[in-house]
Amino acid sequence: MTTSPTVSGSLRNRLVLTLIGGAAVLAILLFLTVRSYAAKVAQQGQDDILGASVSSILDAAALRDGHLEVDIPYAAFSMLSTPSDDRVFYAIYQDGEFLSGYEDLSLADGPIEGRWAFQTGQVRGERVRQVSASRTLVGLGRQTEIEVALGQTQDALSDTLDQISRNAAYLGIGFFLLTAALSFWVTSSTIGQLNKLTTSVTRRGPQDLSPFKKPVPKEMAPLVTSLNSLMGRLDQSLSQSEDFIAEAAHRVRTPLATVRSYAEATLHRVEREDNREALKAMVRAIDESSRAAGQLLDHAMITFRADHLEREEIDLVVLIRDLVQRLIPIAEMKELTLSLSGEPSVPYSGDSILIQNAVRNMVDNAMKYAPSDSAVEITIIAHPEPQIQVRDSGPGFPPDEIDTLTRRFERGQNAVGTIGSGLGLTIAQDVATAHGGALILKNRSKGGACVILSL
Amino acid sequence: MRYLIALVLLVAPCLGWADDWEDRLVFNESAEGPRLRVISSTDTVLFAPVIEGFVAENSRISVEYLVSGTADINRRVRATPDAFDVIISSAMDLQLKLANDGFALSIDDVPVPHWAQWHHSLFAFTSEPATIVINRTAFEGQPIPQTRQSLIEALRKRPEEFRGKVGTYDVRQSGLGYLFATQDARASETYWRLMEVMGGLDVRLYCCSGEMINDLADGSILVAYNVLGSYAAVRAEGKDALEVVLPSDFQTIMMRTAMVSKATPEPKAAELLLRYLVTERPAVAEEASPLPLLQPSDGSEGRETIGLDPALLTFLDGLKRTKFLSAWEDAVIQ
Repeated sequence: MTTSPTVSGSLRNRLVLTLIGGAAVLAILLFLTVRSYAAKVAQQGQDDILGASVSSILDAAALRDGHLEVDIPYAAFSMLSTPSDDRVFYAIYQDGEFLSGYEDLSLADGPIEGRWAFQTGQVRGERVRQVSASRTLVGLGRQTEIEVALGQTQDALSDTLDQISRNAAYLGIGFFLLTAALSFWVTSSTIGQLNKLTTSVTRRGPQDLSPFKKPVPKEMAPLVTSLNSLMGRLDQSLSQSEDFIAEAAHRVRTPLATVRSYAEATLHRVEREDNREALKAMVRAIDESSRAAGQLLDHAMITFRADHLEREEIDLVVLIRDLVQRLIPIAEMKELTLSLSGEPSVPYSGDSILIQNAVRNMVDNAMKYAPSDSAVEITIIAHPEPQIQVRDSGPGFPPDEIDTLTRRFERGQNAVGTIGSGLGLTIAQDVATAHGGALILKNRSKGGACVILSL
Repeated sequence: MRYLIALVLLVAPCLGWADDWEDRLVFNESAEGPRLRVISSTDTVLFAPVIEGFVAENSRISVEYLVSGTADINRRVRATPDAFDVIISSAMDLQLKLANDGFALSIDDVPVPHWAQWHHSLFAFTSEPATIVINRTAFEGQPIPQTRQSLIEALRKRPEEFRGKVGTYDVRQSGLGYLFATQDARASETYWRLMEVMGGLDVRLYCCSGEMINDLADGSILVAYNVLGSYAAVRAEGKDALEVVLPSDFQTIMMRTAMVSKATPEPKAAELLLRYLVTERPAVAEEASPLPLLQPSDGSEGRETIGLDPALLTFLDGLKRTKFLSAWEDAVIQ
């Protein structure tokens, strides 16, 4: 009955993927930023120490009797001690001529201007960070330039960087996981609002077309507004058509009554047998139309009352007995007996007009199909729930149609030739549903139908 | 034989013969496995128990134990790095420079404290203080000096008795002597005053602790300064005349270090020996070898043990060494 909508993509997947993808990109960015910043800081740290060390060596240089002395302070190399025991290389040059240290450590390319010149290179097969610095010494009538190169391997630095990288990676992963969890939560709480709306639409009764009043997020307000306006139009057109049907039925019934009375009168006057038969068929057709119009009216009334169910304290036994008494004349006309049995009193809270109407339809049905000289039994029981059972000894329901008979205008195959609109059981069913109960159709084992209105 | 060795000990190292050794001994000679060439500054007498313990555990390996002075070891290793598998020396600075210059093989996961190793290639396994060894006969009826200062005073008080009878390392020849001297000079000015006093008393200069102790034992000298405590303790045993003094003003404690030569053809066996030295030796060492084990305090803050760090390179700098030696010569050789 419902057609499944055309699905293209998933809002949830799109949201989650976008958020998680964004988080992943951010996490990687965070990792790279932290690492490159840490690398810079760590390199700066090593450079500072190298610079301080080379300065202290330069400071210890002096010209004594025109002879250069470099009294390397113990602290100059001591401060280069690292947790990874990095190797240390140094070279001292005077006016470009090698004086002491490691000859394979050359000075920085290009001129050393003022401050320290740093470079990274290979010395003895190891990556070495190197600083070069120079100082001009002025002695008696002599000027000399001392240049010092100082290199250190980068084991401690790379250890530190590894550690920082690891921590940055943990940070990135932690950030990613947190954001991923957050995005799942955000997505499901957003989709949750939609689900909530869906549930409240689904849970509605078939007759409930009132607007949605529960608060919804701003973004969903237009959807709810258009849903409400759609419901409003639907409600209006439904009630219009119900009104139309009721009005039409009403308008048809009165002239039909007039036509019937003329037909009856004519029947009495006509003597030719074939004309009498035609008139009888006419009366039967008018009866059927009139009954259908009546049931349509009933149905419209029931639909309205069921939507605005007003419960009052009633006694089902009193109610049904009253109905049965009114129906007895009709039953006698058809040579049927109506019997009422069951509890002496079944108090119930419900709409008396609806229940009477439903039971009347049930009894009408039973009387229609019951053979002459049989009995229609009406039983009222109170437990486990109040039930009104109507049994006849007619042909019963066709077993393969027992589930569809309560639909509107649906008639059994064996109903051909019997007056009816197909609305009787629908009305009884609607009344049962409005009271929170059900209409149960059964066939009796010894023949005949059993209809149970369970409230 | 022993007398002969002693004679060689006296003469050879000071001349620095290139192809001769202070001592040479092969352990487990019959083994068919690899032969390790260990070059060491430690006397065979002191080290034999360690090597014997090692070959007992590793019967396939034979060990050729070659003894030379610390400065000589440094020269030889630099000249022919592939001629030796394991290098053991008491001159920490020379060893550290060898390692820094890339002569040592890096060995990972050797279970030693951080302060007892450098760059995963140089490993310390003993802790030995420099001591003053005194012949008691010189101080009969007088208190034996416990500090450098009181030693200076004692020497000044009786110069005639001590003239020509004090001894110390010739720091120009001995790597260990140079290390002790530079560390003493760093620690206190007293060192220079002591050197001046000793220089004034015609100090006798030695290349090695062993000789100094020999001369002390036979009374040729009465006071020896900066003798290795481990040697002194062994020699002083059974010689009541010798008193080993750990100076109470400040101590200079050396760690004997070992490394595997990077050019070794037998890295696996050499690594085995090195691991044995630093890890398994403690189990057998206490009674078998007089070489004192590392103490946890060697690594503590404010220690008197010389640290294994690049600062040891300072005094090995050519300019610095020239300056230090000239100051030392000024004080000692008058």
